[in-house]
Amino acid sequence: MNTWIAFWNILAKDMRSYYLKPPNISWGLLFPLLWIAMFFVRSGLGMDKLPDLLPGLMALSILFGTTSVLSVTVTFEKKSRSFERLLLAPIPLEILMLAKTSGAILFGTINAFVPLFAAMFLIDLSGVSWGFLIPATVLIAISSTFLGLFISVSVKEVFEAQTFSNFFRFPMIFLCGLFFPIAALPMYLRPLSYALPLTYGTDILRGSMTGSNVMPLGSNFLILAVFCVMLFYISLRNINRRWIT
Amino acid sequence: MSDHKNLIEIEHLTKSFDDVIAVNDISFSVKQGEIFGFLGPNGAGKTTTINMLTGLSRPDAGRIVVEGLDYSGNPKVAQHLIGTVPDESNLYPELTGFDNLCFCASLYGIRRNERRKRAEELLRAFGLQDAAGRKFSGYSKGMKRKLTIAAGIIHRPPILFLDEPTTGIDVSSARQIRRLISDLNTEGTTIFLTTHYIEEAERLCERIAFIVSGRIIRINTVENLMRQTQGEHVVQFAFQAAADKACEHIVSTFPDLRCQAVPEGIRVESSRPVRVGPLVRFLEDDGIEVMEARKILPTLEDVFVQITGIEPGAMKKEKEKIKMGNNG
Ligand SMILES: Nc1ncnc2c1ncn2[C@@H]1O[C@H](COP(=O)(O)OP(=O)(O)OP(=O)(O)O)[C@@H](O)[C@H]1O
Ligand SMILES: [Mg+2]
Repeated sequence: MNTWIAFWNILAKDMRSYYLKPPNISWGLLFPLLWIAMFFVRSGLGMDKLPDLLPGLMALSILFGTTSVLSVTVTFEKKSRSFERLLLAPIPLEILMLAKTSGAILFGTINAFVPLFAAMFLIDLSGVSWGFLIPATVLIAISSTFLGLFISVSVKEVFEAQTFSNFFRFPMIFLCGLFFPIAALPMYLRPLSYALPLTYGTDILRGSMTGSNVMPLGSNFLILAVFCVMLFYISLRNINRRWIT
Repeated sequence: MSDHKNLIEIEHLTKSFDDVIAVNDISFSVKQGEIFGFLGPNGAGKTTTINMLTGLSRPDAGRIVVEGLDYSGNPKVAQHLIGTVPDESNLYPELTGFDNLCFCASLYGIRRNERRKRAEELLRAFGLQDAAGRKFSGYSKGMKRKLTIAAGIIHRPPILFLDEPTTGIDVSSARQIRRLISDLNTEGTTIFLTTHYIEEAERLCERIAFIVSGRIIRINTVENLMRQTQGEHVVQFAFQAAADKACEHIVSTFPDLRCQAVPEGIRVESSRPVRVGPLVRFLEDDGIEVMEARKILPTLEDVFVQITGIEPGAMKKEKEKIKMGNNG
């Protein structure tokens, strides 16, 4: 039971120190809203197209909300040596890293609901299958967070973490079917799409919103879950190998 | 202390980084209730050893057992018994002193009320109560050091590792910290400390290991190490004249004496008591006005120089090296 005191306090400290800071909050709120506005202004689309855009916007908000914070909560703390405090504590590494990432998962999930909440005032969302949408949102947040974790433990400097995550993030916007269907991609790029977890998450969101998913929802969930587990364990192994030298 | 059991046992511990052998096949044990000192120059392997003992680093070879718990499977097994004060303060700059202590306590599963109580107690004990609500980033070096020590003991560990606890802080803070270490030990905490201040090791520790280039070259109680110089009689004569020439004359006239030039004048050593009268007369006949003659008690520093051949000056990192008071 004692481990949970540590778990909760690590999470609470990160929340206070990083997530609840004004820049982070405004970034999380503004970014998706700006994207919505941009789309409507630039493309002159009507409200009826919003359900097609929402899955991509949600995925995007999660992706940016989660990966950027881990470069601070993990890479920066490692660099400034305060991470040693955590490694010195009698907490199993799995629990420790779950505590360090659960803030990002929560933050990413909340971020995803910002565009959804905004859309509620504009369109009718009664056709949405929430039973798929909510778990999918959480799973996307988990997989994006663990992707961010994987990046954060693979580098030494905060700027490297940020560069490296952009290296992943920007191509993912195009490769994962956020705004353009994967079918519209050149044939040789498609295998890449299916190597990225966000592709499966976005497909579930699309399915639960407009029923236009490409793959069966069950396999999407399964593959996404496998990605989460894999990314987490690779990150743990990297910490074990690189940080406990 | 010899009647106490071994709390930490280390056998053939080895650790390399790329082409550097940082720790080279060391074996020793730390007894329950003692202050054990790891004394060595920069790069000797002190921090590397502490990191392996606290679970921050994995040995390449060798065995660590702490209170019967073997690290080989998982270096986290004994972490609940251990407090660590690293060589650099590693607390959270954005948290206040009080919050830092409470957070560290929470990592050991201590409940909220107890955390707050202990944090307040420690802040008071370290004279930091006025800075309790200030951010750690704004603390002075000495204050940071004290808070880092407080954070290391907030879970009341039976074993405390201190990596150069007094390096780079002023005389009075260093003295205060040494007193705290000594008090903790009196209350029953077993302490493992590294230092490159010989006087500090001499004053605080019961047993000392000299470590140089990753190897332990001597390990013994301070008392036994000092015994090495017993039977050595040293007298220092202070004067203004050329010391080298005076030494030459003395050695040729008194073959059983050894003589060494020092900034103050000369030092005369012998295995038998040195008779001052004839020497002063001899020097004065040589035209040297002797201002002072006094017996020099050998220090651990002399022992260290004798054993390692390392000049004590080489041990000191910072220029502003702290002259330590006599009653710290
Ligand atoms: N992470 C590392 N990577 C490469 N080499 C290292 C690493 N850590 C230590 N070393 C090397 O191992 C040797 C021992 O270093 P260590 O830090 O243990 O010395 P120390 O006795 O603590 O010295 P100091 O008094 O300067 O703190 C040094 O040669 C150092 O360069
Ligand atoms: Mg060191």
